This record gives sequence, C-alpha cells and structure tokens, in this order.
Amino acid sequence: MIITILDVVISGLLLGGIYAVTAVGLSLQYGVARVLNIAHGEFIMLGAFITWFLYTAQGINPLISLVISGPVVFVVGILLYRTLFTRLRMISPTPGAFEGNSMLACFGLLFIIQNGVILIWGADIKGYSYLAFPVDFWGAKFAANRLVTLAFALVICLVFYLFLSRTRMGKAIRAAAQDPETAGLMGVKINQVLALCFGFGALMAGLGGGLISISYKIQPSMGLEYTMIALIVIVLGGLGSIPGSLLGGLILGLVGSIVTHIEPGLALVAYYVIFMVLLLARPTGILGR
Amino acid sequence: METPKTITKNAFATALAVLILMLLVATPLFAPVYTTILLTGILMNMTIAVSWTLFSGPTGYISLASAAFFGVGIYTSAVLGMALPFPLVIVLGALVSGCLALLVGMLTLRLRGIYFVMFTFGLVELLLHFILWWELTITGTTGRVVPPMPNTTVFYVMLLILVTLVLTVSFIRRSRYGLALESVGENQEAAAHAGVNVTALKVIIYAVSALFMGAAGAVIATRWTYIDPKIAFNPLISFMPVLMAIFGGIRPLYGPIIGAAIFTYLEEFLITRFPYHYMLIFGIIMVVAILYMPNGLVGLAEGIWKRISRRTHADT
Repeated sequence: MIITILDVVISGLLLGGIYAVTAVGLSLQYGVARVLNIAHGEFIMLGAFITWFLYTAQGINPLISLVISGPVVFVVGILLYRTLFTRLRMISPTPGAFEGNSMLACFGLLFIIQNGVILIWGADIKGYSYLAFPVDFWGAKFAANRLVTLAFALVICLVFYLFLSRTRMGKAIRAAAQDPETAGLMGVKINQVLALCFGFGALMAGLGGGLISISYKIQPSMGLEYTMIALIVIVLGGLGSIPGSLLGGLILGLVGSIVTHIEPGLALVAYYVIFMVLLLARPTGILGR
Repeated sequence: METPKTITKNAFATALAVLILMLLVATPLFAPVYTTILLTGILMNMTIAVSWTLFSGPTGYISLASAAFFGVGIYTSAVLGMALPFPLVIVLGALVSGCLALLVGMLTLRLRGIYFVMFTFGLVELLLHFILWWELTITGTTGRVVPPMPNTTVFYVMLLILVTLVLTVSFIRRSRYGLALESVGENQEAAAHAGVNVTALKVIIYAVSALFMGAAGAVIATRWTYIDPKIAFNPLISFMPVLMAIFGGIRPLYGPIIGAAIFTYLEEFLITRFPYHYMLIFGIIMVVAILYMPNGLVGLAEGIWKRISRRTHADT
C-alpha cells in the first residue's frame, strides 16, 4: 500500500516537473507578450528533436545539449517576435484583436515547424536510452533518467524564478506584465522586453523538450498535446504567475498519475474536465489575482 | 440608402448567386466524378465557415468548438446510420450538435475573450479523448463504418444545407436579431440597456450555427465511410473556418464563402502538386494571410477599388 502510494506520488511529481517547465514558458508568452502560443508544443518538439539528434548522431550528452538546444530555440523565438508578432501588434487595432490574430498566426507556425521537422527527420516515433537503470526508493523503482529530469526541471524553474525576481531585466519584465504602456513611460524598452519574453518562453519550451526526450518517446505530432497541458497548467496556477505554473504543473502531474493508476487512458480526459470546470468556476486559478 | 445604384447592385448580386447555384445543380450531370467530390468538400467547408461567421463574426467571440459540433454530427451518423433513414440521421446530427451548443452557450456566458477561446477548444479535446477512451474500453472498437451514400446524393444534400444556411443567415442579418447581434459585438452593456436579451440571443445564434455544422458532419460522414475519434474531432476543423473567414473577409456574407472556396481548392492543389511540402506551404500561406490581409480578400479588393475610384475622382 505504502509502496503504491509512493509510486503514484513520485511518478506524479516526475511528470509534474516537466509540465511545470513547459507551462512557465507559455505563462510568460501569454502573461507578458500577450501571445497565446498554440505552437508552444512545437517549440517543445523542436527542443526534443535537437536533443535526440545531437545524442544519436553526435553522441552529445542530452543534459549538455540543453545548453545548445535551449539557445537555438530562444533565438528562433526572438526572431519570430521581432518580425511576425511585432508587425501583428502594429496592425491590430485593439489588444483583443492582437490576441486573436497572434493565436491564429501561431496556428500557422504550428504547421510550419511541425512539417519542417517531418521533412528533416521523418514522421515516425523516435527515442533513445540514457541513464535507464532503475533507482530504488523504499521499494518503489524509478528509472534514473526520470529523476534527473525532475531535478533539472526544478532547477530550471528556480533559476528562472530568481532571474525574474532578483535581476533588473526581471523587474522590467514584471513591470511590462502589469502595464506595458506605463512600463514604457518609465524607461523600459518595451519592444525589446516583449521579444525577450517570447524568446524566454521558447527557451523554456526547448529545455522542456530536451528533458522530455530523455524519458519519453518523441514524434513530430507530439506538440499539440503538450501545448494543451501547458495551457491547463497556467490556467490552474493562475495566468502570468510563475510560482503558480510550478505549483499547477506538480498538481496536474499528481492528478495524472493518480487517474492513470485508477483507470489508464482517462488521464487526459481528467485534465480537460479540470480545465473546463476551472474556466467556469475560477478562471484566475490558484495563485491568480 | 436605396439609391438606384445599390438596387442594381443587389439585383446583380442575386442574379449572380442564382446563376452560380444553377451551374452547381447541373455540375454532377456533365462533370467528372472528381469535380463533384471536390465541390462537395468545398461546399462542406463553406457551410462550416459561414456557420462559424454567423456567431463569431458580429459578436467577436472566437469559437474554436467547430470541430466538436462537426464531430458530433459525424458520430451521430456513424452510430445511427445503419438503423435510421438518411434524412432523419442528418436532422438528428444537427439537433444533437445544436443541443450541445445550447449547453456550451449557457455555461460559457460569463467567459470572455481568451477564456471563451480556451473553453471551446478544450471541449473539442475533451470529447476527442473521452470518446477515444470510451471506444477502446467500453465498446472495444477503434473506428466505425458509416453506410456509404452515392457521391451525387452527398453533393446535392450538402448544397441544400449550404443554401438553407445562406438564406437563414441573410434572413437573420436583415432582421432585428442581426442588428441586436451587431450591437452585442460592439458593446454588450449598451445592447443590454437598449433592451436586447443578450444572453438568449447569443445562445440561440450559437446553437443555430452549430445546427448546420452538425448537419454537414452527418452528411460528409457517409462519404468518408470510415471514421474514428481522431478523424471526427480533428482540431484542424476548429481553426479552418476561422482562417477561411479571415482569408475571405468576415463582414460580408460572401467573404467566408470565397475564403472557403479558395482555401479548399488551394489545399487540393497543393496536395496533388507538393504531397510532401503541402502542409508547410499551407502554414506559410496562413501566416502571410493573417499578416498582410487583416480584412481578407474582400477588404483587399475594396481597398484597391477605393484607391482606383479616388484616382478617377482626382482626375476629373
């Protein structure tokens, strides 16, 4: 009994760590840059495929290639914001129109990134084995790679949280999240900050994708599911709240693990039920204002 | 308002519509089967795009539940197709979709902006994963076979649905309900103060738009003949009507119709010409359309027309 509970809780946390990293990115993109990035999962997928490629073709340690895949996806994100979304922001008459237009543009991006990856690496499922030996936790066994994944996920979230709360740039980002116009008047270079936020969102997606590829099988069509999960997590934690995303990710991971234990196959259904009930009852989430 | 110029313009538009309709009715008699099938696809997308615009155009609520309403129609056809006659299946598909939309409408009244978008898209994914689980564990199947119908029958029924839809939409737009819907889109509070029952209006129009999507789903299922949850609740169907409507132009009734026709034809063209790159090209076209044609083809054409007419005025 104890072992079962431990088993369910730890696998929930392992899952939740990945959910948290990817959700922090989406939260930043929507909370500050006001882009509801439907293609968020494609950035995750891109990060996962770069990590997989570097490991299988070049033999680079997946944990080290986080330093490569993250920045690559970061630059892609910055460039996209600088070109596509900045122009969209200029031509959209209202912030509401920008949210709608940018979401649709992201849907186009989803197609471009997904099919670009299919053209390069093919459409089939991929995976590799790294740190796949079991580790014993008072009788419950877990693959070492998943524990490493969780540790990295928590560290990434923590570093990012410190960056936002302690640095000057973090302060500018938080100011832009509250009120972009006033922040601009106070001397924050608003276009630069918004582009950086979108880039950081992509960075988190890329890192999350790299971590996912260590423990799970990957394929080009995996993106939308991760996008939706990230969306559920940020609504659960509160839109725009970084600690909320971390908490929401871990909670959703636990829920997923518990539901899978009771009735495998219903985890996603449970996620969506939670999502829709939340939207109706408390759209601001747990830590939202 | 009704200057002789607008009257001739209206008469011209009606005559053109009737002419196109007559051409469409005659198509299966002389054209190859391929054309009929392609046109059925175009009519289906037109139906979905126009129904989407009926609610989301004037109100500005972006609904991504189209795939849910369409998929419910498809599933109704799959479950009841063997037992009931075809016309009854279509009506039931429409009604089930309409009821779902009534329920969603009543639940989501308080949601605005992005929360409404998220909820409607969540609905599609919820239905997809629930039915997927249900089929796998309860009924033990992955897909279903739908009794097939002849291509020409499917074509004519789809045409009938589209014509009914267009007539309904133009009737609603000209009635006081259309005006009320516009006012809800511009300022909900003001509309409520002016005596519009905002809640009832939104829910009913939403249900009407879902009726037609459900009917279209029930009909097209008989041409697809095999369906599973991933085909029926394809999230693409949620985004396509939005993109088609924006591509064509949301304001006029013929905007989404033109958008759907061009989009569907483009898709078919790209699939046959570039089977490996077509989704990539399609994505690029979507992004470019949103970036450079915010008012759609119709807006683009009007802009060019205005520029030309201004120039002639300046000359004289």
